[in-house]
Amino acid sequence: MKLSSAVRLAAVAAACAISPVHAQSGGWEPTKSVEFIVPAGTGGGADQMARLSQAIIQKHNLMKQPLVVVNKPGGAGAEGFLYVKDAKGDPHKIIITLSNLFTTPLATGVPFNWRDLTPVAMLALDQFVLWVNAESPYKNAKEYVAAAKSAGAGKFKMGGTGSKQEDQIITVALERQSGAKFTYIPFKGGGDVAVQLVGKHVDSSVNNPIEAVAQWRAGKLRPLCVFDEKRLIYKEKVTDKMAWSDIPTCKEAGVDMDYLMLRGIFMPGGVTDAQRDYYVELFKKVRATPEWKEFMARGAFNQTTMTGNEYRDWVAKTEQRHRELMKEAGFLAK
Amino acid sequence: MAEITSLLHGFGVALSPFNVMLMFVGVVLGVIIGVLPGLGGANGVAILLPLTFTMPPTSAIIMLSCIYWGALFGGAITSILFNIPGEPWSVATTFDGYPLAQKGRAGNALAAAFTSSFVGALVAVILITFLSPVVAGFALRFGPPEFFSVYLLTFCAFVGMSKGQALKTITSMMIGFALAAVGLDTVTGQLRLTFGFTELLKGFDFLIAVIGLFGIGEILLTLEEGLAFKGARAKINVKVVLETWRELPRYWMTSLRSSAVGCFMGIVPGGATPASFMSYGVAKRFSREGEKFGTGQVEGVVAPETAAHAAGTSALLPMLTLGVPGSPTAAVLLGGLLIWGLQPGPLLFQEQTEFVWGLIASMYLGNIAGLIVVLTCVPLFAAILRIPFAIIAPVIIVICAIGAYTVHTSMFDVYLMLVFGVAGYVMRKLDYPLAPLVLALVLGDRAEDSFRQSMLLSQGDLSVFFSNALVGGLTGFALVLLFWPVLAAGLRKIRGG
Amino acid sequence: MHDDHDRPAASTRTVELVVAALIFAFGATVIWDSVRLGARWGADGPQAGYFPFYVGLLICLSTGVVFFRALTSRAQSSKPFVGRAALAQVMKMLVPSIGYAVLIKLVGIYVASTLFIAFFMRWLGKSPWAKTAAVALGVSVVFFLLFEIWFKVPLPKGPLEGWLGLD
Repeated sequence: MKLSSAVRLAAVAAACAISPVHAQSGGWEPTKSVEFIVPAGTGGGADQMARLSQAIIQKHNLMKQPLVVVNKPGGAGAEGFLYVKDAKGDPHKIIITLSNLFTTPLATGVPFNWRDLTPVAMLALDQFVLWVNAESPYKNAKEYVAAAKSAGAGKFKMGGTGSKQEDQIITVALERQSGAKFTYIPFKGGGDVAVQLVGKHVDSSVNNPIEAVAQWRAGKLRPLCVFDEKRLIYKEKVTDKMAWSDIPTCKEAGVDMDYLMLRGIFMPGGVTDAQRDYYVELFKKVRATPEWKEFMARGAFNQTTMTGNEYRDWVAKTEQRHRELMKEAGFLAK
Repeated sequence: MAEITSLLHGFGVALSPFNVMLMFVGVVLGVIIGVLPGLGGANGVAILLPLTFTMPPTSAIIMLSCIYWGALFGGAITSILFNIPGEPWSVATTFDGYPLAQKGRAGNALAAAFTSSFVGALVAVILITFLSPVVAGFALRFGPPEFFSVYLLTFCAFVGMSKGQALKTITSMMIGFALAAVGLDTVTGQLRLTFGFTELLKGFDFLIAVIGLFGIGEILLTLEEGLAFKGARAKINVKVVLETWRELPRYWMTSLRSSAVGCFMGIVPGGATPASFMSYGVAKRFSREGEKFGTGQVEGVVAPETAAHAAGTSALLPMLTLGVPGSPTAAVLLGGLLIWGLQPGPLLFQEQTEFVWGLIASMYLGNIAGLIVVLTCVPLFAAILRIPFAIIAPVIIVICAIGAYTVHTSMFDVYLMLVFGVAGYVMRKLDYPLAPLVLALVLGDRAEDSFRQSMLLSQGDLSVFFSNALVGGLTGFALVLLFWPVLAAGLRKIRGG
Repeated sequence: MHDDHDRPAASTRTVELVVAALIFAFGATVIWDSVRLGARWGADGPQAGYFPFYVGLLICLSTGVVFFRALTSRAQSSKPFVGRAALAQVMKMLVPSIGYAVLIKLVGIYVASTLFIAFFMRWLGKSPWAKTAAVALGVSVVFFLLFEIWFKVPLPKGPLEGWLGLD
């Protein structure tokens, strides 16, 4: 998109004046309100990101037509994905995904694959951190895993969101790496998990930063390691002593495991390139706003972004990785 | 009394003309959202969240929480007038509210519902103001076994109160449990009872069932007896409010008990819907006129409404003190805090004093605003019953259809609603009670999840439900309630003999 | 008010038997799927099908008893479930409602609602045309403003909204 926005607007206006059908040859623009599907419940991480985007788009007037957030959380997100899959060729629907883009079809056998959709852009990657209660004696991941191992199989309890989804996949991978054996307790949402950990009903969790940061700041939880290859980049102090960047990677701590969760945008299959490019540009503008940057810092997101073929390849590779991880864990649908 | 000073300061913040205007706008929007089934409090707040993005955080949360209060008030209106619960927590309000309306006392039922909502909220806000730090820790003691015992308590408080045949009551409740199991199982991630139908993936939503069974079913039953709603004689002037107020002090004990149940369920957090059922069940069991519940008793409206509003309000306490959403709506509000640039969580009280106390002050003011709005509208609402049936009936069906559609933006749910409507009609005629079905549907999966989470925690050991004083007490109390009729008879015998 | 001369369309006994059989079949389906999922008490607590299995079993047991009681008891047989006239009344609402649900799919909820309300008011309410039009259109317009404009909740729309450029 080399055209300046003024020229593009003029082009669109001209195209509209002649015939609206030709609009796609210039820059395409939504002609009615756009549905922004969230394949998860209200109040969760994906929902927050979608509603923040909606608010930013509205505040900065980034889109002429309204953007409407619609939650479709049924069947671990399958409801939302099938809805978008069925809307083939409809450029007025976009969906924000999390790891359930891969895990749900693999674990439940619901007839759906990301190839049914058009990848638009990766907005960010969400981190996972190993948390324990601040009153527990474990100061680092190595100690904790060793304690879990010596306590015996199933004595340590790992709380997580959902079953056969990212939290449990990480738990299983952690077990394979370390030889410890946890009892995994599935809860409905990340917020629940953090509270259960504060209340000492479970021993650890792999909450996303944003789900647990409030409890960390209040001195209730302690981060042990982050499941990424590199440390987090945010150096501003979160508690009196620590910043996000002070949390060691799990590899440093002796558990060689990394896992990041996709926060990306997809469209239904069968849309034109111009239609896809419109949303690529839109979210580029969203990411440039100060509100977005503040949100990224608060949730300690990995700010990798991708579009086009690079994004498509990344998704394909990540799907394959999930298939392997889930096969090892015995989570694939029969 | 640092709280009083802070609260007075909070009133100063909340009482700016702009904020007061937002309060009234919020309450009115909330009432509309509450009246429309399907568009619940959480949805409503989520939908209107972007509106507040450009406001200062304090004003934003004042408006959003007032939407929530409004929705809590509004849910009762259609329950009483048409037997259609606008919100899940007003299902229990239909049990006596609708019979009252049929007797021509719609105005009294509405006034009682609104006033008790206000009382429940007031008790909860006072609790939040003075006891937040003390109570907050309590919520943390709730793990899966404790949650299960709370759900068990709700069932036990409610079970055995329906008058129907025992076999049909069991059937009805089991159908509710079976429907609740449809969809994805949280604990194993398996799909249950979906038989490959993608429409069933999301499970049976409680609201669809309720709109159909109660709303559509009721219209069909009404039709049998001719084209008219009973209760058109309802008085439509403001005097009815004063008349009801004279009656209400009689039920002070029920109010008190229901407030306690509500606050407990809000903080735990068990939710407003179980709170309303539990409170109704407990009130029926312990009220002197418990036998008459279900025939149109004002007390039967007071109990669920007080508890629902107390629970809805106190659900914000864990949100403020712990950063834990006590209800779906609180979860959306928490998301809102992030968007406005505030950090929710345990430090909110210290770091954002103005915001927190502004919010707490707005709970007092917003509820007063809400009460004023809805009470002045009582005659208006009651007058709806005078609209000819041929006009109001199709409009109700349209509202129900929109409601069913908006729950999941799914056409399938609209058809499902009609199926439930016919089922509701037939079941009512054959004396299958509907309340146990609805209760099982709303609590079934939560109870099962927490039971199985507990089993995972204890590695299959059932004694976990008696493992400490809290969970043991709750489970024990539940069992006492369940066997109360037997126990009471036994006690009488001992005394007699 | 039941009309004493309203001839019964079905006896309570027949309906009782049919409904019990239907619910029994539902219970059996639940049991069947629960067994597929695994309905035993596993090493770490109940499996996914454990509770649904017993729920299904209870449904089958209790409706079985209801069925046989209805079959053997003579007391109920004479009682009408619903009179013909009353059933006709119920159908007057139910059939158009089903039609309405189908219409929503075809022409969108706003047009369908307008037609449904108008039909009802003219046919059952015998309202004058002007009043009918005012109420039917008014309700749809209010809902359109409420949902599409203010709340931004998209409801199903059809060709008319597309043609007017309102979707």
